[in-house]
Amino acid sequence: MSEFKIVGKPIPREDARAKAKGELKYADDFSLPGMLYGKVLHSKYPAAKIISIDTTKAKQLPGVHAVLTARDVPHNETITRFGQSAEVGKGFEGLYRVLADKKVRFRGEAVALVAADTEEIAEEAAALIEVNYEPLPGVFDPVEAMKPGAYLVGEGDSNIICKFGCSQGDIKKGFAEAEVIIEDTYQVPFVDHAYLETEGGVAWIDEKEVINIRVGSQVIEHFRDVAEVLGLPHNQVRYIGTMMGGGFGGKEDITVETYLALLTWKTKKPVRLFYTREESILCHSKRHPFIMHYKVGAKKDGRLVALEAELISDAGAYPYLSPWVNLYATVNAAGPYCIPNVKINTYCVLTNNTFTSANRGFGAPQPNVAYESLMDELAYKLKIDPLEIRRKNCITTGKSLSTTGQVFNTYVALPEVAEKAWKALGETKKVEDKNKRIGRGLAIGLMSYGRMTFLHDTSRCYVRLESDGSVLIRSGIPDLGGGQVSLLCQIAAEELGVPMSKIRIYYSDTALTPLAGTTTATRQTYMSGNATLKAAREIKKRIIQKAAEMMNVNPEKLVIGEEKIIVKYDSAQYLPLLEVIKACNTEGIELFCEAQFKGPFTMVPDLSNIRGTIFPDFTFGAQAVEISVDIETGQVEVLKLVTCYDVGKAINPLSVEGQMEGGSIYGMGYALMEEVVMEKGVTLTPSFSEYIIPTAADVPEVEAILVESGGGLGPYGAKGIGEPSCSIIAPAILNAIYDAVGVRIKSLPATPEKIIRALKKHYFEGR
Amino acid sequence: MMEEYPIELTINGEKIVSTAKAEESLLRFLRRHGFYEVKGGCEKGDCGTCTVIMNGKAIKSCITLAGQANGKEILTVRGLEKEESGRKLQESFVQHGAIQCGFCTAGMLMTAKAYLDENHQPNKVEIRKAISGNLCRCTGYKKIVEAIYAVAEENQKSK
Ligand code: FES
Ligand code: FES
Repeated sequence: MSEFKIVGKPIPREDARAKAKGELKYADDFSLPGMLYGKVLHSKYPAAKIISIDTTKAKQLPGVHAVLTARDVPHNETITRFGQSAEVGKGFEGLYRVLADKKVRFRGEAVALVAADTEEIAEEAAALIEVNYEPLPGVFDPVEAMKPGAYLVGEGDSNIICKFGCSQGDIKKGFAEAEVIIEDTYQVPFVDHAYLETEGGVAWIDEKEVINIRVGSQVIEHFRDVAEVLGLPHNQVRYIGTMMGGGFGGKEDITVETYLALLTWKTKKPVRLFYTREESILCHSKRHPFIMHYKVGAKKDGRLVALEAELISDAGAYPYLSPWVNLYATVNAAGPYCIPNVKINTYCVLTNNTFTSANRGFGAPQPNVAYESLMDELAYKLKIDPLEIRRKNCITTGKSLSTTGQVFNTYVALPEVAEKAWKALGETKKVEDKNKRIGRGLAIGLMSYGRMTFLHDTSRCYVRLESDGSVLIRSGIPDLGGGQVSLLCQIAAEELGVPMSKIRIYYSDTALTPLAGTTTATRQTYMSGNATLKAAREIKKRIIQKAAEMMNVNPEKLVIGEEKIIVKYDSAQYLPLLEVIKACNTEGIELFCEAQFKGPFTMVPDLSNIRGTIFPDFTFGAQAVEISVDIETGQVEVLKLVTCYDVGKAINPLSVEGQMEGGSIYGMGYALMEEVVMEKGVTLTPSFSEYIIPTAADVPEVEAILVESGGGLGPYGAKGIGEPSCSIIAPAILNAIYDAVGVRIKSLPATPEKIIRALKKHYFEGR
Repeated sequence: MMEEYPIELTINGEKIVSTAKAEESLLRFLRRHGFYEVKGGCEKGDCGTCTVIMNGKAIKSCITLAGQANGKEILTVRGLEKEESGRKLQESFVQHGAIQCGFCTAGMLMTAKAYLDENHQPNKVEIRKAISGNLCRCTGYKKIVEAIYAVAEENQKSK
């Protein structure tokens, strides 16, 4: 491979300086003359019939411009999509309802919308809307909701919204062969994305009657969905995506965009609408809680022979992306292990809780907690070292995923990353405090990057080399903070041999930038990175061709770099890039290109037994921790955390490390402190003083180890890292707790209370 | 109609004469006057996103009334550039990769600046404590701590 000039270097991101200076304009940092303020009236019951809604008083309040209910929405019921262009059907596309109609399904559901001159008036007007509810019993536990005769959350005749299965081998025979069998149930809670920027934006109508929505969104392709709600042609709605103040999957569904569009459409005035923190926690999606019943069988030497799992997840009140998340959970349920006999069944169930949808990890973090805890349990039972048992069973190059049978033909780094992470913990820390016990835990995992192949994913990018040697990129890529935009600049700079400072990029605009697809599924490095690479290489080819003519050499002998076209191994022989550009322009040779990258396409699988290729590729990683547990207080302190992933190629090591460090702490919050507590559909943790996320004082020393196998499908062999980075830290911590004090916590978060309770049981009742 | 009262304050060296609404937080006042660089993440004092420096002290502007800033000097992230210590911190955040989504950055930088102005030789553990009132969901804090530490070290050397 040639030597890189810009790729692979830990350089400051394109967007960093504007952010450091406070100059970047996020969704809320923008206003228009005559702008109105929108407000959503949310349901105060988790389950109720709407008998009537009287908006008279609200409408009469001076300064109010619009009060809308379901009746005012042209197409109040459509389907949930997330930017896919292929028809998928088969129960994947659940109901998307803009405003509650006749019945409310969760506390916080949008019932009415208001637009007024000021935020205060909008709030007052919302309070004046008289909704006559008749409370209904509701159902809040997915297991209850599955039973025949349960309260029906929606209009259908069952609360179960999807059922997936996966199997290989013969599960009965597998368990018959097993010499040890462990069976257990694990539970994980609702958690919040807790991005610091809540959901919101500003919308207006321009002179072409187009509804413009300036918003932080991971999926600008929702412009189509918004247009369908309003009954407008797709090209009459435009998303202008801003840099997001965090996304983590929470800005993957439509958040407030339909509300904004409706209010601006009705009032013909610009409207701003932003959720408060409380609204963000109460009303927008959460990560799926799961109840996971697992049974694992192994030989005495630790070799796995059978794994059976039943996963039940809580979709909350509407499907949103539940089917997709559960499909992923199913595929991931047997973890990164070779197991000849496997059987997985997954059920996703509606309840009257806040709806759940995408959250960083998309169905991976939940089963990971279960299978990695069980692996640990098995290691203890059989007295095998935690690293050894994983090495013995993990998938290696050429082997296949035990759920779907997808074969891994490129390098599978699992043995390498497991060993590196575990060894990097180094010497055991000494603690003085006699109440503190030290423990270590390891977890390994795999996670896909790129969308499910039956979604037929594509991305586009436009690159233009200007006559002065500067470069312009246009890509619809949304940036949620991970450096997605900067990455494209780096690729173009590398390919066209210009410095980063000469690149300008326009991004995330459905009218003006070629659609790049969603910033979800850890797909942008892979998909839009490749689209950019393709466009830039096309231009490079033309430049080199021209230079070869001018220099009278074989084009194969030429390379581009430092704004020159240079003869390989003879850097004294070169042409300045500018000169070649000039020649191209004189002859009308196109120095621009819009390229599309297409992922692999497959058919929709049989959902009762999902087999074959479902994802383009996977990222493999391991995480290891050393912790202390205070046996008096139950307090866990993470002392050291190692995160090791095969990232293929780190295009910007600074960004990759950032994902790995940030992902680890995101996962640490999941393990130890985060839970959206819902009691009968009522959220008891509506602020950051109740919903606790890690602060700088909670974080340990974090070491990120990057393995660069070059085996990924992204540019230069890169793999995706955004979601994989957070998905296995929780079980590593649970395993460390067991190692420290001998109790296994089977439900997240592992709070001090749970640990103390378990310790008491352990000591006084002998377990 | 809500009552308003006159208010006079200096923001990033510029004198602002205006009126504030009763009960209006300094955060809302600042944003209403176009100081969009000051972000709100919770408006309840829980996240630190809205941190500005008022007469040398880092404060959470969402739980400070605009009235409390009357006659005071406010520094926001856009005013940081004017001071060497501010510029250094900004550049260090950029170089260390301490900025991802950047939504916490404005507040984080202000907390860091006020802290370094008072503590010249902090270690990393002390820095972590000092910024523990500022949430960051993206970075896991490591690179932020490193960025602040690098400036503290440099200050130490140049003394
Ligand atoms: S907005 Fe002020 S502390 Fe959160
Ligand atoms: S960089 Fe996103 S919250 Fe700190």
